[in-house]
Parts: sequence; C-alpha cells; structure tokens
Amino acid sequence: MDFELMQKVFPFFLEAAWITVLLSVLTTILGLILGAVGASARLSRFALVRFLGAAYVSVFRGTPALIQLFILYFGGPQIGIQLDAFQAGVIGLGINAGAYMTETIRGAIIAIDKGQIEAARTVGLSRFQTMRYVVLPQAMRLMIRPLGVNINAMIKATALVAAISVVELTYTAQRFIGSTYKPFEMFLIAGVLYMIIIYITGQAVSWLDRKARIS
Amino acid sequence: MNHEGDHMTDQKPFVDIRHAQKSYGVLEVLKDINLQVQKGQIVAIIGPSGSGKSTLLRAINDLDPLTGGEIWLEDKQINMKLPHRQYEKHINLVRQEIGMVFQHFNLFPHLTVRGNVTLAPKMLKGLSEADANKLAEEQLDKVGMLERIDYYPSQLSGGQKQRVAIARALAMNPKVMLFDEATSALDPELVEEVNLVMKKLAEEHMTMIIVTHEMSFAESVCDRVLFMDQGVVVEEGPPEVMFRNPTSDRTKEFLRKHLAAQHP
Amino acid sequence: MGLDFTVIPQYLDIILWGSVWTILITLGAAAVSFIGGMFLAVIALYAPLFVRLPFRAFAFLFMGTPLLLQLFLIYFGLVQVGIDVPAIMAGIIGLGLHFAVYNSELFQTGILAVDKGQIEAARTLGLSRMQALRKVVVPQAIRDVIPPIGNNMIALLKDSALVSVIGVSELTLSAQRAIGSTYRPFEFYVLVAVIYYIINIFMEAAQRRVERRVQASR
Repeated sequence: MDFELMQKVFPFFLEAAWITVLLSVLTTILGLILGAVGASARLSRFALVRFLGAAYVSVFRGTPALIQLFILYFGGPQIGIQLDAFQAGVIGLGINAGAYMTETIRGAIIAIDKGQIEAARTVGLSRFQTMRYVVLPQAMRLMIRPLGVNINAMIKATALVAAISVVELTYTAQRFIGSTYKPFEMFLIAGVLYMIIIYITGQAVSWLDRKARIS
Repeated sequence: MNHEGDHMTDQKPFVDIRHAQKSYGVLEVLKDINLQVQKGQIVAIIGPSGSGKSTLLRAINDLDPLTGGEIWLEDKQINMKLPHRQYEKHINLVRQEIGMVFQHFNLFPHLTVRGNVTLAPKMLKGLSEADANKLAEEQLDKVGMLERIDYYPSQLSGGQKQRVAIARALAMNPKVMLFDEATSALDPELVEEVNLVMKKLAEEHMTMIIVTHEMSFAESVCDRVLFMDQGVVVEEGPPEVMFRNPTSDRTKEFLRKHLAAQHP
Repeated sequence: MGLDFTVIPQYLDIILWGSVWTILITLGAAAVSFIGGMFLAVIALYAPLFVRLPFRAFAFLFMGTPLLLQLFLIYFGLVQVGIDVPAIMAGIIGLGLHFAVYNSELFQTGILAVDKGQIEAARTLGLSRMQALRKVVVPQAIRDVIPPIGNNMIALLKDSALVSVIGVSELTLSAQRAIGSTYRPFEFYVLVAVIYYIINIFMEAAQRRVERRVQASR
C-alpha cells in the first residue's frame, strides 16, 4: 500500500469529491421534482396522463442510465440540444432518478389507508383538499426512508458521468490508475470518499425521518 | 393397553433420565427429574404450561440440551460431553433412533409428502430411490395417507399433516417416539384421526413418551402417567390411579381445572 | 445535423451480435451473483468470527461504492497481480461480485426467516446442520427471496452496459462502433435503448413465470 502516493493524489480526489457532491445534490433535486410530477401523473383522473406517467417510469427504469446519458450528451446536438458534460450529467441522471422516485412517492401515497380518504370525502373535502391536507402529510412521513434509498443509489450513479469525462471521483480514480498503475490505492481513496458522502447523506435522511415521526 | 410395562425394576431401562436439570440463566425449568421408561412402555406427561414437560421431552433428543444430568437410550448416553465435531456425529446418529412429532407438524413445505418421508432415509441410510419410495408407501399406508403421497403439505388439513409427520418419523425406524402435544394445534374434528394412528403404534408396542393435554386419550393408551409442575415430577402412577384418585393435591387441582375447562 | 435512421440496417448485424454478448454477459454474471450470493450469505451467517468480519467489511465496501469504480478496480487490479484476464472476464466477475453482495443480504434475510421448527424437524430426523441447511432451509429461503433477486438480475442487465467502459464488446460498445463510422449517436443509442428495453421485458416475464411456479409448491 503506497501511502506516500495516496497522500500526493488526495487533494485531487478531494476536489473531485465536491463535484460528486454537487452532482448528487442537483440530480436529487431534479429527481424529486420529476418524481412528484410523475407520481401526480400516475394518480391522475385522466387515463392519458396516467399512461404518460407510466410510460415515463417504464422507459427510464427499463433502459440503462448510461445509454440515457449518451443519448442526451452525444445525441442531443442532432435534435438541437447542446449541453456540456456536467449539464448533461445532471439532467440525464435527474430524469433517470425521477422515474425511480415517482414510484417511491406514488407507493407512499397509495399506502395511506383508504378509510382516511373516505372519511375526508364524506366530510365534504374535495379530491385536491383531501390530497393536500390528509394524504400528503402522512405520505411524506412514509416516503423519507425509501427516498433515502433512491438518493443512495443516485450518489453511486453519479459515477456514470465519468464515461462522459466529467471530472468527479470515479473519473479521477480512473485517471490516476492509468498514470500510477496502483488500482487498489486509488479505489480505496475514491471508495472511502464515496462512503463518507453516502454516510453523511444517510444520517441526514435518518434525522429527517425522525423529525417527521415526532410531529 | 399392554402389560409389559408392569415389570419395572428388574429390567434395564430403555430410556433413562437421571437427575435432569435445566436452567435458563437463573430460571430453573427442570429440577432434578428422574424417569425410567421400559421398552414398549407408553408414558404420558401432563401438567400446566410452564411445568417443563415439553422441555423435558425436547431434552431427550438433545434439541434443548440439559444443563445438568444425563439421558440414556439403552446403553448409550445421549447428552455425552464430546468435542464439537464428534458430538455432532454422535447426536446425528442417536437422533435417527428417536422419532419426534411436533405440535406444529414442521413438514417441509417445499417437498411433497413423498419427499418429506423419503428425505432422511435417502440421505442418512443411503436407501435407493426405489427402496425409499417403497418404505414411504408402507409408512404412509400405515397412517392412512398413501393416496396423498404426491401432494404438498399446503394442500393437506392439519390432521393429515400430522399423520404425514408421524410417517416421516417412523420411516427412520426409531426405537422411541416422542410426541410434543401432537394434537394441541388441531381443530377438534381432526384430533381423532391422529389419536387413532397413535393408538395403532401403541398396539405395536412402540416405546412412546407423550406430552399431552388430552386426558381421555392418555387414559386409554398409556401405561404410566406423570404429572409435572414447576419443573418437578409431582406424582406418577398408572392412569386409573392418576386420573381417578390421585394422591397429591396439586394433581387433583390441575385435573379439576383442566377437566372443567374441557367440559364447561 | 438532424436524424437519419436509414443508416441502421447496415450495422444491424454488429448491433445484434452486441445484443447476444450482452445477454451472455448478463446470464454469466447473474449466475455468479446467485451462487456467490448464497455462498457469501452462508459465510456471513455461519463462519467463525475471524472469517465473518473481513467478509462483512468487504460487503460494506462493495455496497457503498459505485459499480463502475469496482469494475476499474477488478480490471486493472487483476492485471496488477499478474492475472491477465480478458476484459469480458473482468466484466462478468465485477458485475457478478457487485450483485452477489446485494443478493447475499437477501439470502441472509431469507435463511433467517425460515421457521425454526423446520430446522428442528430436520435435526430430529438425524440430519446434520449442513444437511439441514442444504436440503431444508436453503430451498425455502431461495423461494422466499425470488422476487427481489429477480429485480437484481434485471438491474444487472442494465448495469451490464458499464462494462463497455472497460472495453468489453457488447451492445453498448457495438453501438459506439457503428457511431464511429456513421457519426449518428442519437439513432444508434436510441436503437440499443430499445433493445435493452425489449430484453428487460423478457426478463420480467420470465421472473413472473418463476414466481408463479414457486407459488404452486408453497
């Protein structure tokens, strides 16, 4: 184990780690927004809207995220979309994340006891009011943990942008493996940094989950 | 009811439990139990829950090992202190000679009735497919479950499952059969079919130790009855005495409560 | 630049060969992940402590890092220690190992969930711990965890695209070859997306069939 080398390259990895964090945060935000939209679509009254929501989930969960990234980044210009690698990474992974989060959010909403909805409607609340004041508050509590699982997967998925040359952790690892021929050391540095990011995120999710349960 | 069990002290005991003691930490569940069962005898153990009767039964084949005392089957000590690997070999061999029937059947759901009964004979006695099948058919016929031989346990009723469980145990040709509340988990209408099989076994002079709540069954089949309470054998004797005119007050109290519950 | 799907037919054979390789790689890695997962689960549950701990650490490391990073480690790492494997082997091992760790968690839960009475009945008949495990516990554990294991297999199919990054000739790489000659990334990447989707659908259907058959003997 070449510790001296590891010390030398560490600053580069640290810088790359911030890019990974930035990617994770942005894709998570985009994913949550699309997830909320997708879940509403799947629960819509209109069959066409429901179908579009289901199609979104099916297509983006049913094909590799890497391919989705390539279509956006490499194929985008052909249909008038010019993005740099970072932008393509955030948007591509964000859309992909949104498909998984759609199902998570929808799952939490569906899990709310039907009796609640019946009681609310019986009292005179509209569909929208029922959703806003009865279902969603409860569903929010349920979805935190499973969304945490999605976010965890998201953080690891950011590694894919290495394939389109975004200088994040995995790209940096590959670069230094290529120049130093020390794959174990580079894996270790990158791996530990990923695990730290994931751990901190996990703690944040747990904290949020606890807060939600108390209220 | 057989009378072989009446000659007690001269013959060497078949199953010999000496000073059996079992504690879970500070809780003593069995306190110095001594029991000798002759070959062909049928012994019933009755008592309230928590009395230790199941614990005692399960100690016989070392499922719940004793913390003190010895259990002997013929001339072998079952709970011998041995180094781990030797112990494993020893206990697996000994268990082939002791059949056990559980309250909740514990049939293997992923195997058919045939599979359940032939598994151990094939694996442990090296029987060929054909021989194992023949054996299974014999045993299942004995318990009246031959026509369901290719069914899965999930397709059987409770009484049917228990009968298959008995056949599974018998297929290993055990010297002793242990019954741990074999009918307690069954709906009342299904109890009789299992009792009939057990009666048949008794008539064939199988040595049986039965933990049960069924007083009338115990009375009709057993040679001896033991009443246990709080880890000790309070009283024992032939069924006529134990059920009609027991000596100890605790026995009287238990029977009174129990029979009252059964005939409200 | 626009779109021109007419370039596709010329390269269809390369693409289809790529699909075949993707299916083979997926099946190979799936087998590794299944057997490896069962093996790791038994170790995690029954091995002595000095074996269990390093395995736990290894599992923790593999579940907390991206698959792509692991592929780099395995591919370049094996070369480092003198084992010169073709990229495809490194790909199958990497994919298989990654999912074996996840499967092992599932198998552990499944094994622990098997009713205690089952083990008691098997031991009572005289079966050893290993025999009881093999013939009674593990078959039941596998049946119980087929749905999530099936999901992992499907995820494996999609992640197989990553082995193209270490140069394995499969569907994604075949698309890149075609793109190299035609400069039409959109058309070819959409085409392979469709092919992945179709394979995905077949795998989901197969999973449902297996689940149904298992239900019969429950």
